[in-house]
Amino acid sequence: MGMVEVEAAVAARFDPRPIERRRIGQVLAVVLFFSTTFGLLVLLTLLVDVVQKGLPWLDWQFLTSYPSRNPEEAGIKSAIVGSFWMMLLTALFSVPVGIGAAIYLEEYAPRGWFLRLVQLNIANLAGIPSVIYGILGLGLFVRFFGLGRSLLAGALTMSLLVLPIIVISTQEALRAIPQGIRESAYALGATRWQVVSSHLLPIAAPGILTGVILSLSRAMGETAPLIMIGALTFIAFLPSSLLDPFTVLPIQIFNWTARPQEAFRGLAAAAILVLMVFLLLMNLSAILLRNYYERHRPH
Amino acid sequence: MAFSPSSKDPLLWQRQGFPGLKLDAKLSRGPKERLIGAFLGFCALVTVLTTLGIVAVLVGESVAFFEQVSLRAFFGDTKWTPQFAEKHFGIWPLLAGTLMITVIAALVAIPIGLAAAIYISQYAPETVRRWLKPSLELLAGVPTVVYGYFALTFVTPLLQRVLPQMQVYNALSAGLVVGIMIIPMVASLSEDALRAVPRSLAEGAYALGATKYEVVLRVVVPAALSGIMASFILALSRAIGETMIVTLAAGATPRLTLNPLESIQTMTAYIVQVSLGDTPQGTVVYQSLFAVGLVLFVLTLGMNLLANRIILRFKESY
Repeated sequence: MGMVEVEAAVAARFDPRPIERRRIGQVLAVVLFFSTTFGLLVLLTLLVDVVQKGLPWLDWQFLTSYPSRNPEEAGIKSAIVGSFWMMLLTALFSVPVGIGAAIYLEEYAPRGWFLRLVQLNIANLAGIPSVIYGILGLGLFVRFFGLGRSLLAGALTMSLLVLPIIVISTQEALRAIPQGIRESAYALGATRWQVVSSHLLPIAAPGILTGVILSLSRAMGETAPLIMIGALTFIAFLPSSLLDPFTVLPIQIFNWTARPQEAFRGLAAAAILVLMVFLLLMNLSAILLRNYYERHRPH
Repeated sequence: MAFSPSSKDPLLWQRQGFPGLKLDAKLSRGPKERLIGAFLGFCALVTVLTTLGIVAVLVGESVAFFEQVSLRAFFGDTKWTPQFAEKHFGIWPLLAGTLMITVIAALVAIPIGLAAAIYISQYAPETVRRWLKPSLELLAGVPTVVYGYFALTFVTPLLQRVLPQMQVYNALSAGLVVGIMIIPMVASLSEDALRAVPRSLAEGAYALGATKYEVVLRVVVPAALSGIMASFILALSRAIGETMIVTLAAGATPRLTLNPLESIQTMTAYIVQVSLGDTPQGTVVYQSLFAVGLVLFVLTLGMNLLANRIILRFKESY
């Protein structure tokens, strides 16, 4: 291209309309802002709808009764107790193993291709659909280990489901700790476990706790894996052992939503209200904890 | 390790050592340390065993399935009728149903999620950003069964006012709500990618006289394109695996159709349907659950691996 052609090409693309160009920018900013708020408007609509339909059904009798064929008498007592046990057991299995795995990967494992493979595997596990974990639970815990459609089988399935979330968030918390803290502890002659238990874990605790709360709130809202292992049955009693059948709030919601009668939809909305209040409190505490952590980051 | 120099005998510690301080070189390789190391290693092994377990269960039962249904019938037949007397196991109707949900979800989540990412990373003042990000995360924290309830009892009746021919169970409202569910995922991953673009690129464009929107749309977004693409792929893989919304709102009618107002069935909804029914173990219908699960697993795994590759490459470029 000769000089003249270049000048012509530049002149063709030169757009000397600063006012119009700024106006396009302003319109774009407004469009972007409203797109961002769209999701929040949907969430608001959802909440208003659920409150409208569910609030008339929400009373003490609803919270303290067993499910029933008669919507007037039905309640979520067994679902609340089941959800509580499910969370407790899931935390019991997944928190130590998840934190342990993260410590191993960050502080113990030799760097190399094997570590990269394990890391890639964990990233992929986090993306596997929850219904596939349900199939795993069905094949492994319900049938191979013969635990049946029990609380224990459900909690073990749920633990594997949330494990990658706990591992990843714990790894991030450990990675954020300055290397100097490890080095100074080693320089004083501390063993590897002494460094981890007395320095790294206390510093990383808020970050780990945030990840644990978020993963447990995920476990509390999951439905598909528990349907797969066969938790969808009519449960009018409280579990008295780990091998008893059970139900949880999301399953009760699914059961009532799937029925065509309007009254059961109201019950579903009321159960959603209870579930959402629990989840909101958990998420809120995680967010507050993280904000606190960001302001008081250890140096 | 209580040690204080005594005025009476300042050299006491040289003769007695530090009482209470164990200076054992073997401590770091002692049985306690080794035991702890082994336990932590076992914890990491659990994550590997989980993947192996998933593959073993899916492949084990699928092998039994494919002994009775040929691969040709599975991928060649266009009917999925396990409940009928004349059983057909052609996966295409389920794949088509899944694809339709995913496409509708993408049409919702990609523009809105990307717009949110651009707004939050490039336009929002710091205070607005501090409120918007956690609020979007709340959207991601809503359980899918609640979204399913919303799709079936709110979105469908709303859409039926405009589209009276729409069926109670349909792909459109399920797809729309799946799209809303994955908005936060697109937004947050794309935002990370946009933030990783070096400031100097934008400043160079400003120096040439570009306005803000020109900098954002023609410099920052193209520079972050690989990360943005990865966020789309991950979000769509989530849409493919989404179960409760489609089980509740999209129906249980496997069919090859392009009409989003009809009832369809996705792979995930079929898996749930079989496990809800009282299909006896060992039958071909029961085993079909695992075969469909295997297809779902391979599909989502492939997409996740692809997205991971893209993210890794894009990390190296800056």
